[in-house]
Amino acid sequence: MTDTAISVRGLNHFFGAGEARKQALFDVNIEVGRGSLTILMGPSGSGKTTLLTLMGCLREVHAGSVRLLDRELFASDEGTRIDMRRRLGFIFQAHNLHDSLTARQNVMMGLQVHGRGDPARHVQAADHLLGLVGLGERLTYLPGNLSGGQKQRVAIARALVSNPDIIFADEPTAALDKVSGMAAVRLFRDLGRTRGTTTVMVTHDPRILDLADRVVTLEDGRIVEDRRASLPRNITPGPA
Amino acid sequence: MTAFLARLLGRLPIGYLQLMHNPGRLVAALAGVAFANVLVFVQLGLAGSMAESVAIPYRLFQPDLLILSPLESETLSDASTLPRQRLFQALVHPDVTGGTPIYMARSTWLSGQDASSSIQFFGLAPDAGEFFHDALAGPLVSLSLSDTALVDTLTRFVDMRSFADATPDAPVPFEMQGRQLGAVGTVSIGGGFGGDGVFLVSDQTFFHLFPGRSSATPSHILLALAPGADPGRVADELTRLYPPDTVRIRPVTTAMEAEVRYQMTERPTGLIFAFGVAIGMVVGIVIAYQVLSADVADHLREYATFKALGFRQGFFVGVILEEAIILAAIGFWPGLVFSQLFYQALAYLTNIPIFMTPERAVAVFVGTILACALSGILAMRKLAAAQPADLF
Repeated sequence: MTDTAISVRGLNHFFGAGEARKQALFDVNIEVGRGSLTILMGPSGSGKTTLLTLMGCLREVHAGSVRLLDRELFASDEGTRIDMRRRLGFIFQAHNLHDSLTARQNVMMGLQVHGRGDPARHVQAADHLLGLVGLGERLTYLPGNLSGGQKQRVAIARALVSNPDIIFADEPTAALDKVSGMAAVRLFRDLGRTRGTTTVMVTHDPRILDLADRVVTLEDGRIVEDRRASLPRNITPGPA
Repeated sequence: MTAFLARLLGRLPIGYLQLMHNPGRLVAALAGVAFANVLVFVQLGLAGSMAESVAIPYRLFQPDLLILSPLESETLSDASTLPRQRLFQALVHPDVTGGTPIYMARSTWLSGQDASSSIQFFGLAPDAGEFFHDALAGPLVSLSLSDTALVDTLTRFVDMRSFADATPDAPVPFEMQGRQLGAVGTVSIGGGFGGDGVFLVSDQTFFHLFPGRSSATPSHILLALAPGADPGRVADELTRLYPPDTVRIRPVTTAMEAEVRYQMTERPTGLIFAFGVAIGMVVGIVIAYQVLSADVADHLREYATFKALGFRQGFFVGVILEEAIILAAIGFWPGLVFSQLFYQALAYLTNIPIFMTPERAVAVFVGTILACALSGILAMRKLAAAQPADLF
């Protein structure tokens, strides 16, 4: 096992076909070390989310190489991508909670993807995570009865409950107030330090830049800046 | 229920929770499934009623052998005849213990200026009770008196209440074929799709009513067999006894099944009912598909999120099948109740033998579950083909 969690080389990505074909990413190269907290920034349409979804196995890699936890995703089949997704945690800009499941049940889905397991342990783990994000009193609430920020915190708990190797987060703090947003990002950073969990996050939120180990800026599908704020403790830096 | 289903499925019962989360949509979905059930039940009921009405006259006979004319004899009530001589020829077979001719003809009961009922007359020998259903043996004897009849209390479009007290001692007079008859008793047979009622008379009275008919040319011949004789074997042996293509000999039950099959597969009415059943099933599948595909579309983002978490297609198929089975299992019951009410109303209004059978109920229940499951799987195609990122 290397210290590199994600390795992207010569990545190009296109949307559409024929004359409508539009290139979204141009020769993107980036390596992300294990346990680090990386922020992707850039204006709308710069390719941040596309890059995130390609690294997160949510799209097929058309051209170039994406190695995730030492597995090549280019030309990989759907089964491989599904296996990889189970090692990842996703937090989406829209929380995408299931509206007929309670907060606890939504979080439990993050565990049930791995099989039957012990239902009591699933409940215990879900309750623990919801407590960590400050929703210990809202375990049985349906999403319709939660605020936007609370829903986002449930989504964070769902992403973390299975102890993923990598967390991919798209604007995870957009719906959170300053305190909650900072707390969530600190949680990601702490997971990196204590468990070696890697986090790649798309954000426009300038308040959290100081907490990142690295800030990568994209414009028009190209990396235009790659700034390393600091190195995570106990983690060997990956190649530039 | 959630805990029970969670234990049963080994996961959260997403489908059940989804359905229960939106009661308005659930009720609409159940109404759709119930409506589809009623459609199928009604068509099956009508088809079954037709089969039943075909079978009823055969049940008047003991289940031995029936000799039919080789021509036009696809149905019991066809106007074809055959020589009575065939009866005497059959009696030489050692396993044939007796026989009796049956004479059949139709007449019209005029209830008023514009109302009429089509009556099927059976002319039977009054002393031939052994060839007929046990319940007929006694009343048949009372037909020995000329111009008497056993009238059908289930005759359509005729007020038969005045015949309720008819007995041999106090016959109730009525007129048919321009002839005064006396009802000396009643039977409960009922009409079907080919007629409105059945009247039984003696063979002699039959010839009075239908002077064009002769005792030498019965409509059919019933044969009684020795105990233990195999009707199929005797039928084959008798067939070889006659010149080729002069008769058709069948066990009564086989003749009945053949006519049911003929009516259901070759006559327009049967085909219309079969088509109706098919249309009902298609409509049912379309309704279930609409309900389930709308549900999938409404939850596409959530499903996509589950897909992003690493759930495989089998999980989504499981969820939609869970919904399909729940909808089918719950929606079936109101469909069954409404269909039963519909049957009762139809039977009351038309006197056709339409009723629910356990076999039909089970078949429709299983069919509903399969139709819903099929619809659900079709509804999942969009999700199956999509990449998770395309769905956000």
